[in-house]
Amino acid sequence: MRRLTFILPLVIFAGFVGATGWYIIEIQRDSQRAPNIINAGEQNKPVPEFDLPPLMDGIPGFATGDFGSQVVMVNVFASWCIPCRAEHPLITRIGEDGIVPVWGINYKNKREEAIAWLEDLGNSYERIGFDLSGRVGIEWGVYGVPETFLVDRNGRIRYKHVGPLTRSDLNETILPMIECLNTTPQVTECLSGS
Amino acid sequence: MIAELGHFALVLALMVALVQSIVPMVGAARNDVRLMEMASPAATVQLLLVAAAFGALTYSYVISDFSVLNVVQNSHSLKPMLYKISGVWGNHEGSLLLWVLILALYGGLVALFGGNLPPTLKARVLAVQAIVAGGFLAFMLLTSNPFARVFPPPMDGNDLNPLLQDPGLAFHPPMLYAGYVGLSTAFSFAVAALIEGKVDAAWARWVRPWTLAAWIFLTAGIALGSWWAYYELGWGGFWFWDPVENASFMPWLVATALLHSAIVVEKRDTLKSWTILLAIVGFSLSLIGTFLVRSGVLTSVHAFASDPERGMFILLLLVIAIGGSLLLFAWRAPAMQAGGLFQPVSREGGLILNNLLMSVAAAVVLIGTLFPLMVDAFDLPKISVGAPYFNIVFVPLMVPLIIVAGIGPLLAWKRGDLKGALARLKYAALATVILTAAALWLAWGYSIGSFLGIALAAWLGTATLTEFFGRIGLGRMPPGNSLRRAARLPRAAWGMTVTHIGLAVTIAGITGASLWRTEAIQVMRPGETVEVAGYEFEFATVENLRGPNYFIERGTYIVRHDGELYTILAPEKRRYMVQQRETTEAAIFTTPMKDLYAVLGDKAADGGWVTRIYHSPLVPWMWIGSLLMIVGGTLSLSDRRLRVGAPSRRRAAPAAAATEPAGAE
Repeated sequence: MRRLTFILPLVIFAGFVGATGWYIIEIQRDSQRAPNIINAGEQNKPVPEFDLPPLMDGIPGFATGDFGSQVVMVNVFASWCIPCRAEHPLITRIGEDGIVPVWGINYKNKREEAIAWLEDLGNSYERIGFDLSGRVGIEWGVYGVPETFLVDRNGRIRYKHVGPLTRSDLNETILPMIECLNTTPQVTECLSGS
Repeated sequence: MIAELGHFALVLALMVALVQSIVPMVGAARNDVRLMEMASPAATVQLLLVAAAFGALTYSYVISDFSVLNVVQNSHSLKPMLYKISGVWGNHEGSLLLWVLILALYGGLVALFGGNLPPTLKARVLAVQAIVAGGFLAFMLLTSNPFARVFPPPMDGNDLNPLLQDPGLAFHPPMLYAGYVGLSTAFSFAVAALIEGKVDAAWARWVRPWTLAAWIFLTAGIALGSWWAYYELGWGGFWFWDPVENASFMPWLVATALLHSAIVVEKRDTLKSWTILLAIVGFSLSLIGTFLVRSGVLTSVHAFASDPERGMFILLLLVIAIGGSLLLFAWRAPAMQAGGLFQPVSREGGLILNNLLMSVAAAVVLIGTLFPLMVDAFDLPKISVGAPYFNIVFVPLMVPLIIVAGIGPLLAWKRGDLKGALARLKYAALATVILTAAALWLAWGYSIGSFLGIALAAWLGTATLTEFFGRIGLGRMPPGNSLRRAARLPRAAWGMTVTHIGLAVTIAGITGASLWRTEAIQVMRPGETVEVAGYEFEFATVENLRGPNYFIERGTYIVRHDGELYTILAPEKRRYMVQQRETTEAAIFTTPMKDLYAVLGDKAADGGWVTRIYHSPLVPWMWIGSLLMIVGGTLSLSDRRLRVGAPSRRRAAPAAAATEPAGAE
């Protein structure tokens, strides 16, 4: 019995190694399938059933039925999330330049804090859904913010980026992907190509 | 050429590390003095080689050698010299090199000052250190070579992330690494002791200074990082429970526990296997911290370029270092003899409670940090873990810890008198009530939690003073005698008093800064005024200026109090030319009791600016408290019994005097 307690730390550590090792292999496998898609489960699925109220006056919220006519970038953000601050100028730029409509999911955030944050940092979201409980975020498979999705013209999620978006992510992956999704009839080809 | 020399030095260092990890170990097993004596020169040579490599990389940065990829990616010719140098460790490869340099430095110090260690222990300690160093050198050479060249060389570099171009952050990583890596020495001692199969009071005495040094650096590193987050991120916050912050906080918690349990081993010769385990866990958490940041397993603001290949390599290193040492622990530790017995209410009992609470706190932080990972691995329902989780689980653990920290030092070893201790603390309790009442009166209307925080701080501070006054006999004898007693008190006793008071001051600071803060965020046009916590902030002007590698937008606030000019605050927004990134430079006016903190935000559509103003009471207390903890730790480190050779000299001196009367002095 006494011996067992001495083995316990080793057992706990083995559990840690198992979990992280599995995780790294998963990342590697996914990154070979399509770059930067960590959680491939949601990929290629239609957007989940949801209906998000607007965050603020003047900018509408959105629901499942709003997808389907155009390629849309969905960015999940929150004012308490520091990496979101880091990527926000780039997200704003994408919206301002009209590269693709950017819709925001404001995730687990107090309404007034989110509004103040957007007033402070700029806001080019075409629509913003207010997801205080995080329920819809879970449906989308969000497990950390920021996350950015690309939804194709048929309302299917085609790409998911976890973590802050950088200029090189945009140039090397996102822009070619949008281009491809916009022009190719058979969108599944976009995944291997990029 | 210089870069190649650096690369070559690293390869040589790896070779030396391999020799150093095998030969002394074999020597210790065979009791062969010549093989064991190999360890010290090897450690010194390794230090010189790694220092040469580090010098080579620093040189490449200083002269802006853009044929070195690492310099291209992280430097720019216009960057001020300080940040050219700090850029060396502001990236994955360079920070690893710094890590290995500090490791080699500790190895060199053990070799230099370890003269009074038993030869087998010293050989084994240095060998274990070399194994760790070898692992990291191999990692660097195989996956993250800082000296890789690029051809054709570009005209100029990509510059360092501007958030990192800051004096606070220039010194934060070296401090933190000195702390992380310092724990490697305690780890090496633990593993060597497991191999030897012997842990005694002398062992604890040898381990303590290394742990103390690591703890001091960790404290300084964490405080610097927190200070940086406070003034640079521009949100008035100082701690975000970010994975990387947690990565530095967990080893700190365990190192704190280790410091306390090592006292028990030293004084009472018990708790040995637990202390060994803490030494292993402390360094393991440092490694896991390094792992978390670099493997891409967790994303965070701090994350360096991540890469799954590197992740696998680091995981392998972890398995060897941590798995190996824990296996050794499971095998050898049960044989350790437990020493002195004690009652639950005793100094030992208090220290054990400290250990338990500290360890649980570290575990809780670890679980919170790794939670996103576990969610993924085990397909749990997706719940996010953020600051609320940490506050809910962490704070309740700290409450009993602080209460006991006040009582513990008054309890005797073996069997304490709780009633007597509490009786001696009646004035401390009274002072706590008075101070808390004063806080209630001054800050009426704020949350109950804030007054609990103040009460804890007051309790710890006054109880620590009670213990100190009791020790020097204040009130029981003439003040002169007390003063003389205080001067003769061992430095370690002073260290404990100062550190505990520092902790009390820090707790008060954290409480005030997080729970009594007032903030005002609004759009203002020049000329408009806003009032925050009784101070009127007039947003006077915005002007455009130019820095060495950035443009400046500087706002000026005129602050008035009771209608009179109080101070002028001039926060800046900087746009760095190369990376096209913006940073905020908050303007902070510090007084002993509070900070006034102003930030210039973005331009709003209607010609105004977004302005953020904070009134944060007691913020300076956090920094002063941290400083006191560092001073206390340093006092304790300078204690005579920990100084190299001091105990043996005292024993040796009379003998020497007897044989050589002439040469004694």
